[in-house]
Amino acid sequence: MSTKTNSNENILEVNELKTSFFTDEMEVKAVDGVTFAIPKGKTVGLVGESGSGKSISSLSTLRLIERPGKIVGGEIKFKGENLLEKSEAQMRKIRGNEISMIFQEPMTSLNPTYTVGQQISEAYKIHENLGKKQAIERSIEMLKLVGIPSPEKRVNQYPHELSGGMRQRVMIAMALACNPELLIADEPTTALDVTIQAQILELIKDLQERLNMSVLLITHDLGVVAETCDYVAVMYCGKIVEFADVNTIFSNPKHPYTVGLLDSLPPHDRDIKDDLPVIRGSVPSPAEMPEGCRFAPRCPFASEVCKTLPTLETDENGNQIRCWIYSDKWDGDPEVKVHAKNTERTS
Amino acid sequence: MFKFIVRRVLQTIPVLIGVSILVFSLMHLVPGNPAQIMAGESAPKEQVENIEERLGLNDPLPVQYWNYISNAVQGDLGSSIRSGRDVTTEISGRFWVTVELAVYSTILSVFMGLIAGIVSATKQYTFTDVIIMIIALFGLSMPNFWLGLMLIQWFAIGTDLPSWVPFFDDTAWFKPSGWGSFEQIVLPVITLGTAGAAIVARMTRSSMLEVVGQDYIRTARAKGVKERVVIYRHALKNALIPVVTVVGLQFGTLLGGTVLTETVFAINGMGKLIIDSIQARDFPIVQGTILVVALLFVLVNLLVDITYRFLNKRIDLD
Repeated sequence: MSTKTNSNENILEVNELKTSFFTDEMEVKAVDGVTFAIPKGKTVGLVGESGSGKSISSLSTLRLIERPGKIVGGEIKFKGENLLEKSEAQMRKIRGNEISMIFQEPMTSLNPTYTVGQQISEAYKIHENLGKKQAIERSIEMLKLVGIPSPEKRVNQYPHELSGGMRQRVMIAMALACNPELLIADEPTTALDVTIQAQILELIKDLQERLNMSVLLITHDLGVVAETCDYVAVMYCGKIVEFADVNTIFSNPKHPYTVGLLDSLPPHDRDIKDDLPVIRGSVPSPAEMPEGCRFAPRCPFASEVCKTLPTLETDENGNQIRCWIYSDKWDGDPEVKVHAKNTERTS
Repeated sequence: MFKFIVRRVLQTIPVLIGVSILVFSLMHLVPGNPAQIMAGESAPKEQVENIEERLGLNDPLPVQYWNYISNAVQGDLGSSIRSGRDVTTEISGRFWVTVELAVYSTILSVFMGLIAGIVSATKQYTFTDVIIMIIALFGLSMPNFWLGLMLIQWFAIGTDLPSWVPFFDDTAWFKPSGWGSFEQIVLPVITLGTAGAAIVARMTRSSMLEVVGQDYIRTARAKGVKERVVIYRHALKNALIPVVTVVGLQFGTLLGGTVLTETVFAINGMGKLIIDSIQARDFPIVQGTILVVALLFVLVNLLVDITYRFLNKRIDLD
């Protein structure tokens, strides 16, 4: 892709990625031609409603999709090499070493039968061939790094002895153990309460700068995006509908879906007098996916041309948009203005 | 861990007292006067009363219980009505036979069951999985006395196939009865272990499938852990928790349930001893054997709990 982030600066480039789930009757296209890139040292936010394919995109990146799911097309270039062409053994060397992942549910993402130390040190044993003692020492250092008090004691504890926030810190310690170049954080704060959320995000940001990592942050929380991301990719029904830098997304959103998402946020600087605007309708089920623009049935501006699928177009600033309104073929109201109602609060 | 074990051992004491009371009451709940049986149907009344006096049957029940239990803890369970020998001697001759039979069968069922269950789970819905589960279903539904008879027919008496059939023309590899040598042990152990293996296999399969879908398995994979290590280190340890319960219960059942197998293979174990003694109304032996089996059962449960605790650190006695 030809964004301002040109390809040798990108740590990860996902092109036309397609991941489907196969049932006896049908193929469910969870990820249907997703394209985005993560520049080195930057944070890209992947946002969208539940079921839009965010998590499947991220799991596909590490090739952790399980039956009946399957990556059916596209390419995932990590440091210029296509991960989809690698063997399972080569992938294992990348997982947890060059690309790490943290998950949504810290309560269930740690193995209940092993101590925190055993779980973190496993990464060192696999990727750096460290002995047991050294691995535990490094694990203690990591626990210290992610701000866990008295790590020498914690390292011998089991996950159930830690709080949710602590467990997420352990997950982060485990993910960052081998200094990965890319961290995929799949809704890392969704299951945590608000004060802990802020701490965890702060921690990720801080470590990112210290370790010079790139981050793919998956979330449905636009507040989190505004706080932490450099770029934002908006996903809808398995496709990227808009990709832009964070300022553009919040000050000048283009896609009607992005606008809808921003409008449905409660404004924090004034009282809500009227009902909050909503995006009418709901996400279509895979069985009744529209032929054309996936968002057309819910879009207030939808026109005749929207019955065909728009392509992802890049503008002069390198931002990307998948919407007919911005093309020559637009056949609706030529004066149509797509803008968010309360953009001022995010600037 | 040490504290846990001590507490758990202490908790078995009330259970043992309860068991001993039940076993003791058995003798007084069933119809028939033991003294009369010992003396014979037509014995004179004085002789019966004499025996009653000697056995202390005229004492109040709590006194009798106290005498019984204080003798029992010293290893004296009374003497057999039939043979007059010490119950302890009678049982000890049979005890190890049954324990060996139960232990070997359990080892067989755990070994076979775990392998079958893990293979089945990792190859879910494949041909292998279906075949293993069908075999397990057969193993589960076969009555073990019938299986025992079939095994004797095939592998002790031998098949009657023509001599040009390679390998299987003479299959009288094992002995059909007795206990002690390898040739005698194989068939009863298979007979008794098959159902257990089937249960363990099905349990392991479903437990593995549940665990493999957990978030922490995905975490392990995302860490770069080899699939083999994911299955055997991360999944199996968690999946074993329900399996251990089943194996523990199974083992307890085996201890008291070896009677059919012992009868089919003419093994002189505790199962046969209980049945023979019940038929002969030899109460001291029945009491003694049940007490020993109950004690073993409690012991096995203790082991299960300790294994549990080792597997799952979250388990607390409270």
